[in-house]
This record gives sequence, structure tokens and C-alpha cells, in this order.
Amino acid sequence: MNTPKKRIGVLSLQGGFAKHIQMITNCGATALEIRNPAELKQCDGLILPGGESTTLTKLINRYQFRAPLLEFAKSKPILGTCAGAILLSKHAHDDRVQPLGLIDIDSHRNAYGRQVESFSTTIDITGLSSPFEAIFIRAPQLTLLTNRGEILAQNKGKPVFVRQKNIFALTFHPELTHDSRIHELFLKFLP
Amino acid sequence: MHSLFSKSVKKGTMQLKIGLAEMLKGGVIMDVTNAEQAKIAEKAGAAAVMALERIPSDIRKDGGVSRMSDPKMIAEIQETVSIPVMAKCRIGHIAEAKVLEAMGIDFVDESEVLTPADDKNHVNKEGFAVPFVCGCRNLGEALRRIGEGAAMIRTKGEAGSGNIVEAVRHMRQVQRDMKKLTTLDVHELMAEAKNMGAPYDLVVKVSKTGKLPVPNFAAGGIATPADAALMMELGAEAVFVGSGIFASDNPDIRARAIVEAVTHWNDPKKLLEISTGLGEAMVGLEMSDLSEEDKLQNRGW
Repeated sequence: MNTPKKRIGVLSLQGGFAKHIQMITNCGATALEIRNPAELKQCDGLILPGGESTTLTKLINRYQFRAPLLEFAKSKPILGTCAGAILLSKHAHDDRVQPLGLIDIDSHRNAYGRQVESFSTTIDITGLSSPFEAIFIRAPQLTLLTNRGEILAQNKGKPVFVRQKNIFALTFHPELTHDSRIHELFLKFLP
Repeated sequence: MHSLFSKSVKKGTMQLKIGLAEMLKGGVIMDVTNAEQAKIAEKAGAAAVMALERIPSDIRKDGGVSRMSDPKMIAEIQETVSIPVMAKCRIGHIAEAKVLEAMGIDFVDESEVLTPADDKNHVNKEGFAVPFVCGCRNLGEALRRIGEGAAMIRTKGEAGSGNIVEAVRHMRQVQRDMKKLTTLDVHELMAEAKNMGAPYDLVVKVSKTGKLPVPNFAAGGIATPADAALMMELGAEAVFVGSGIFASDNPDIRARAIVEAVTHWNDPKKLLEISTGLGEAMVGLEMSDLSEEDKLQNRGW
């Protein structure tokens, strides 16, 4: 008997959505490009990709995504990478960005510096048996505001992967690797 | 100091360079000539800005040698915005590229809009930590630039013309060239690589995937939201808008509209709404009024 494929929306307003779609598809789930709030209804889970958080803020506001995203988060999981993690956070310390406040973390944009400071390194991730190649591109840094979130990975003592209930925030880009284990972890979390 | 025993940290790799290009997809990179314009661009939703002293339509008007912008002006723009800042170096001008890298530019555009410094060679981009974007008119040119280490390709179009026809010609050519490669027999690929003047290994790669190994953006002549949507329809993954914004009547309104058009390029109703009431677009140039020497797209080897 075939169980219906899980349907993962990838917010496709701007940014690294294409690689997430590829990754989700490779994992055997259905990936949906989301450009209108009404399309969220078809999704079992959602990915907020990296990109520019200022641009994403603009488009989220302009196309009235805010309330539907907050509603979505009440019952379904969301994974945010890089700018996506900034959008999930409570504060971004920058009035050009209006985060959704879905996870008790603070985010600081471009915390490592400009592109020449972008880096990759291997990190250990709770729930994965071997290290993961983490790619940080003009990445933010996160600070936990409460103890409600669980740190799943850190780099040099700083959290880079935090989960709080159904919300996953990563400052690196698993979609840019050929390693699908984090996407699989997210898919497994789906009901 | 980091411990000597810390895990290996890699910087300046192709993966990191292409990674930033991936993050710019579905976005608009806007030419800006000062901090004030950069602020307008960021506010409108630009995914990045290109800092340069004169927009291409003015470079065209003014004539003379066009060089890398004053680092002071670029630095002011870096201070003003939080989005990536790109800047242009002349074709083959290794030293300008090094200066831009030293100032922490996020992407260097080795650009035909500036006067070429080397009439035979481009910069070898592999040795740089900063990623490069280069223009192309066809697949051979694109693969030569990627062979040199470019992490992003943009079709050239005709910069500063406000006329989309050349951008369309170049994007269609690249797409057609890639499609052709996928239909060739493996025994034909070396001869085709020779015809195209492209590195053989990249020709083989494209023959298998039908896609460029780096993101493929469009530039040169985009003046309206519909122009941007057209380029997305033809396969561009993001757009550069040069003169089209700040040579128009309402730069902030037009900038916002082009950002929205790149997101909703495939939604005609939204595109209609986005395209309405923007004021005058920049005055465009008829291609037949440009002599071959006046065409910026012919720069690059």
C-alpha cells in the first residue's frame, strides 16, 4: 500500500529555494514552491530558505504572509536556514528585518563578516552518527533567550542548530551539500 | 587565537562562492552610485547592490576610459547597507580585482561595462577568495569564464541601452547551446568543445545536466518589471538591473516593482498589478543606432 508522499513547502519569494526543493525531492517527498499564502494549506511542513532577510521581510509583508505563517507554525513544523533562521527568531537587532518570533532565539545578521569570511567546517549534530559538513555563508549567530530550545549543534561554542518543539533554526546550509540527513531528520519529524 | 587543533575551516572555496550566488536567486541586483541610492535599493528589496561611479547609460554618454570605482565611494555603500555589495573591475585587471577583494567586496563583477584592461585575457579567478561574476553571450563564453573560476554567470545583454533585445538574444543563445549539447553523441563532444572554445570537461558536464554548473543570471537592458519577468521566463535565475532603475522617473517605486516581478514572474495577474502606474521607464536605445564599436557586449574574449 502506498502512503501518500509528504508535502513540503519551500518559501520561494527569494533566495536559496531551488536547492532545498532538489533536496526534498531527492528524499522522496513532494516539494512545493510557495509564493502565495493560500498555498501553505497544501503543506505538511515548510522550509524558509536562506537569502536576504531584508528582501524576504519586504515580500512577506507585501504579500501578507505574516499571519498565515504564524498560523502554520501552530500545528506544523518549519525549518529555517540562515536568513530563514533569522526570520524565525524573536529579535534580529536590525529594523530592516521583522522576524516572526517563532523560536526563543536572538539573531545577529552577518555575524562572521562579509563573503570572504564565509566558511565551511564539520560539526557534530545530535541525532546524526557522524559529523556534518556545515556551510556558513554570511551567516548569522544565534543566542538562546530561554531554555525551551534544544541546541542540536554548535560551532566554537555558539549554537548553530536549535530546535524548539516544531521549529528548527539553522545558521548553515545543508541544502548546498549532497548530505540529506538534516532534511531527512526534518521529514521524520512530520506527523 | 584559535587552537592549532581546531577542526579544519575552509574559506574561499568554489562551494562557498557558488553558495552566495544560490542565495541571490529569485532576487534583483541593483546598480547604485552612492549611499543614498543603495539605501533606496535595499529598502525596495534588492538582494544585493552593485556599487559603481556611473550607471552604464551615463558611461555610454560620457565616453572616456571607465575604471573601477573609487574605493571610498564603495566603502560608503558597504557601511550603509546590510545586503551583499558587489563592484566591478575591468576585464583582465588583476590589480583592481585584488583591491576589491581587500576591501571585502562580496562579489566582483569582471565587467564589459568598464573599459577592458587586457584585450586577450580575463582574470584567473580561482586564486581569489572573493567570488566573481562574468558576462557571456553564448555558452562557450560562459564556460570559459567558469573555467577561469567564475561562480556566477550573467548574460551580457547591452548594458545602459534600456533595450531588452540583446539580453533575450544572449539568454536564448545560452539555452539553445546547452540544449544542443544534451543531444550530442559522446564522440561529438570534443569537436564541439573546440567549436565553442570551451573547456572540454565543462562541455561534458553540461551535456549531461543541460544546465550551467553555476547560477545563471540575466543583465543588460532590463527596464521594466515585464522585462525582468521575461528573463526569468527564459531561464534566468535572478536579474541585474543597471540603468533601468535610477535612470527612470520613480526609482523607488520601479525598484520595488522589479523585485516583485522577479518573484511573481509566472503570475500574469500579479505582474499586471505590479506593472501598473510606475511612471516613465528610462529612455531606451534602438540597437541599429549603435555601431559595433559602441556595443559593450563585444568586450570579453
